[in-house]
Amino acid sequence: MNYLENRKYIIQGIFLIVGIVFALRLFHIQVIDSSYKQAAETNAIKSIIQYPFRGLIYDRNGQLMVQNTPVYDLMVIPKEVKQLDTLHLSQVLQLPPLEIRERLKKARTFSYVQPSAFYQKLSTEEFAQIQGSLIDFPGFYINARTARGYPHQSLSHALGYIAEISPRQLEDSSYAGYRPGDYIGKSGIELEYEKFLMGKRGVKYKMVNVRGIEKGPFKGGAFDTLSVAGQNLISTIDLDLQAYGEYLMNGAKGSIVAIEPATGEVLAYISAPFYDPNLFTGKDYGKNYMKLLTDPDKTMFNRPIMASSNPPGSIFKMAQALAALQEGIITPGTGYPCNQRLVKCSHAHTPPSTLAIAIEESCNPYFYQVMRSMVNQGKSKNIFTDTSIGLKEWRKHITSFGFGTKLGIDLPNEKQGIIASPEMYDKIYGKNRWKFSTIYSLSIGQGELGVTPLQMANFMAIIANRGYYVAPHIIRSVGENGKPLPEYLKKNYTTVDAKHFAPVVDGMAAVITSGTGRNSSLAHIGIQVCGKTGTAENPQGKDHAVFVAFAPKDNPKIAIAVYVENAGFGAQSAAPIAGLMMEKYLTDSISAKVQWKEKWVLSRQYLNIK
Amino acid sequence: MPAEPTIPKYKIATRSSNRTSRSFPVHIDWVTILLYFLLVGLGWMNIYAAVYSPDNVVNILSFDINSGKQLVWISAAVVLIIILLVVDYKVYEHLAYPIYGTIILLLLVTLVVAKPIAGSRSWLDLGGGIRLQPAELAKFATALALSKYLSSVSLRQQKLMDQVKLAAITLLPPAIIILQNETGSALVFASFILAFFREGMSPLILIIGGTAAAIFILTLLVPKLYLIIGIILLMGAAVWLDYRLMRRIKTMIAMLGVVIAMIFSVDYFVNSILQPHQQNRIKALINPEADPLGYGWNVTQSKIAIGSGGLIGKGFLEGTQTKFDFVPEQSTDFIFCTIGEEHGWVGSTILIGLFLFLLIRIVSIAERQKSVFGRTYGYCVASIIFFHFVINVGMTIGLAPVVGIPLPFFSYGGSSLWSFTILLFILIAIDANRSQDLSR
Ligand SMILES: [Zn+2]
Repeated sequence: MNYLENRKYIIQGIFLIVGIVFALRLFHIQVIDSSYKQAAETNAIKSIIQYPFRGLIYDRNGQLMVQNTPVYDLMVIPKEVKQLDTLHLSQVLQLPPLEIRERLKKARTFSYVQPSAFYQKLSTEEFAQIQGSLIDFPGFYINARTARGYPHQSLSHALGYIAEISPRQLEDSSYAGYRPGDYIGKSGIELEYEKFLMGKRGVKYKMVNVRGIEKGPFKGGAFDTLSVAGQNLISTIDLDLQAYGEYLMNGAKGSIVAIEPATGEVLAYISAPFYDPNLFTGKDYGKNYMKLLTDPDKTMFNRPIMASSNPPGSIFKMAQALAALQEGIITPGTGYPCNQRLVKCSHAHTPPSTLAIAIEESCNPYFYQVMRSMVNQGKSKNIFTDTSIGLKEWRKHITSFGFGTKLGIDLPNEKQGIIASPEMYDKIYGKNRWKFSTIYSLSIGQGELGVTPLQMANFMAIIANRGYYVAPHIIRSVGENGKPLPEYLKKNYTTVDAKHFAPVVDGMAAVITSGTGRNSSLAHIGIQVCGKTGTAENPQGKDHAVFVAFAPKDNPKIAIAVYVENAGFGAQSAAPIAGLMMEKYLTDSISAKVQWKEKWVLSRQYLNIK
Repeated sequence: MPAEPTIPKYKIATRSSNRTSRSFPVHIDWVTILLYFLLVGLGWMNIYAAVYSPDNVVNILSFDINSGKQLVWISAAVVLIIILLVVDYKVYEHLAYPIYGTIILLLLVTLVVAKPIAGSRSWLDLGGGIRLQPAELAKFATALALSKYLSSVSLRQQKLMDQVKLAAITLLPPAIIILQNETGSALVFASFILAFFREGMSPLILIIGGTAAAIFILTLLVPKLYLIIGIILLMGAAVWLDYRLMRRIKTMIAMLGVVIAMIFSVDYFVNSILQPHQQNRIKALINPEADPLGYGWNVTQSKIAIGSGGLIGKGFLEGTQTKFDFVPEQSTDFIFCTIGEEHGWVGSTILIGLFLFLLIRIVSIAERQKSVFGRTYGYCVASIIFFHFVINVGMTIGLAPVVGIPLPFFSYGGSSLWSFTILLFILIAIDANRSQDLSR
């Protein structure tokens, strides 16, 4: 028996080994591996986000532009859904039964125990109807939250919109803290000022059982935090002026940007065609969005900052003049012949004897000769090298006006445009293969130039300020009594000294009094306007009309750029629009004397003039 | 082993005359009884913790909840213990076969008359809300019958007929229990292999059994090709370490062939022969994360509950996972989760230690029996408790398939508690009178 008795050690050994294996395994899952603790928390501790009130947006005069309105989402917890009467629910929601099953499946894939939105943004009637029959649908409940609402239909492009955070954003670490289903600014101010508008979420930790039923606060609420409402924003926009500009541009395509020169505050920001921002708040958001995104008029295209490929045309002549004055190439009294062999002039006129007259007449040969002198200063014996050196110098001045650079407006997707450079031509033609005669169209604002309407308006602000600009911005105060962001308090000086601006301003004043800009005159209310018409060549069709201006001439209050697509000469359409806008802003009304202009603008007849 | 009071042989002769009128046995193993009450008491507290609901606090003694009912079962078990200890210990040996026969009959009756509960026809309704699960009683009955049979034959003599009879005694109850759809309880009978081993069964069977179990689990966990390559490498390493094995190359190649055949048959068995719910239990063991809401739910949630306990646990009644019903069947099969969550690694390890202590104690008791019957019965008790312990704890920590068998003395339930009480206290009764037996 003795040798069998030893087997008790083997048997006891087996017991011990199993015990040790268990203890080690337990040590691993209980002490070493922390993932089970996290899993237990997600299991039994429900964090309930306390959504803060998103900040409101007011115009410069305190009119509410963006508010929060209550909406109701139908939520579902798949685990609790029992014997769903698909047909009944499909009647209540007016959704096909197949869609109901599809949505339930989607919710189940997201989480079996966590709630997810089954049907978002119920209308008030749907809400009333569903609330009554909700008892028939275990697992479904109504979640009230707020959505954006717009008491006025203006400023769609600048305001932007909010929507559910995208799966791609959720993966991005810079969006840490957002959860699926959260709303986030997707464009415009809503995107740019997201971190101020969103406020701070609060979290309540509640314990839940396996059926998701709350079982009181976790650790007595020790980890709970309160939500902090988002900051309200005060915009620089004058809502009345904005609405008036939209009224004038309704049915046309183009942009209006108006800026207060001294501060860089954007007074009006119109991208036509525009849309009602309320289209993006309802449950048809996706449908509306796709419709606008694909329409042939490119409604979603944010023209003032994104239309960057159009050449500025004649309005660029002021920039040429200022650069040449600073370089000492010309003086206010410099005259040039209107030599049509160099380049065609717009119309017949006496040869300009001064710079101001040249601006008033918009004389093409004059500015051809100004730029040629500026570019070919004889700094090198080689004509090619000399042109290259000259163009580089020229470019330095032009970009100091904010052309070819992003101005830094507080809106997303600003484009910088194009300003020709020696490197660009070296690439196009080859080094030492181009000279002034190759690139002369730059002198009249055509060729390798692309400027945005915002840059045009900013250029007017520079001339109005006689030499500097404050980066244009659309929010003047973060918080009700706050400040704009610090970058909007800084003056950006151009390379041109203040003293050189007088002859240019005089020329622009003459454009209004006796030149092509008569249609924007505010002489009837005793205000002197300075402006310039332009025509941007459009290889695809009728040219675009451009008009830029500021007023009054001394101590200017408004600088404006109007850009009307396919409207031909700036004088016919853009100039009267600018005149009306300036009058509206400066006097808050349109005098009876010029109401014919409003009618003319709204008639859109200029679109048909060949 | 504690010191034994030496009792002169003549005294045995005089005292073995009239058993029924004798007084309460004096040589009771109090250590085992202490362990028993410790486990039952801790189990009772954890049953309360498992059913505890913070927003509807019910007294631990309330009959509305499992802990209150369990106290009734425990009280009844105490009565049972007294009866078991007072009854003449000889009865168990003498009546081993009749008891076994009765239970077999009961199992068959149950199979015929029982109404299915959750797919199983194992509950016998005695009326008045009292139900009995004869499968639980079959464990001690079979243990008695086996011990009786082994005390009359020797396994080492290798008589074929004896072995067939032994196999029949062992396999008849589980066969009926499988028909009742209680596969888990049927598997328990495999544990008797430990008792047979002690009584002289060839160790080869244990080794082959162990290896087969290992290969079975590895086949599920590791891709077939890797597993075969691994085994070949292992054999190569063995030859490299001891070149004398080269002489047995044919045997080794044959073994390899058997192993490969087994790997493929396990694969076929799991995927083609097992029923879907059985497949799921095995899938849950391999990869519970694949379907955490379906077949993996129990194991996933059980591991989360235990894993979240940390080193020292969340404290009595503080476990969120068990308290809020994430773990299914917490007071019965998954009672270990409550310990793991509320008492952490320290508590779990102490419980494992208690079970090991009990098991080793039972082996010691078995070894000090002078009769083969007593010794074999002791080993049967240890084997059954060990099997329950391994599978029950193993399944909660993902080391064993989810087989619905309770943790001895700990899980909620009258049938289970009484069955283990009877099992253990028959041994204690036999042990208390061991000195009155003549060595055979
Ligand atoms: Zn001319």
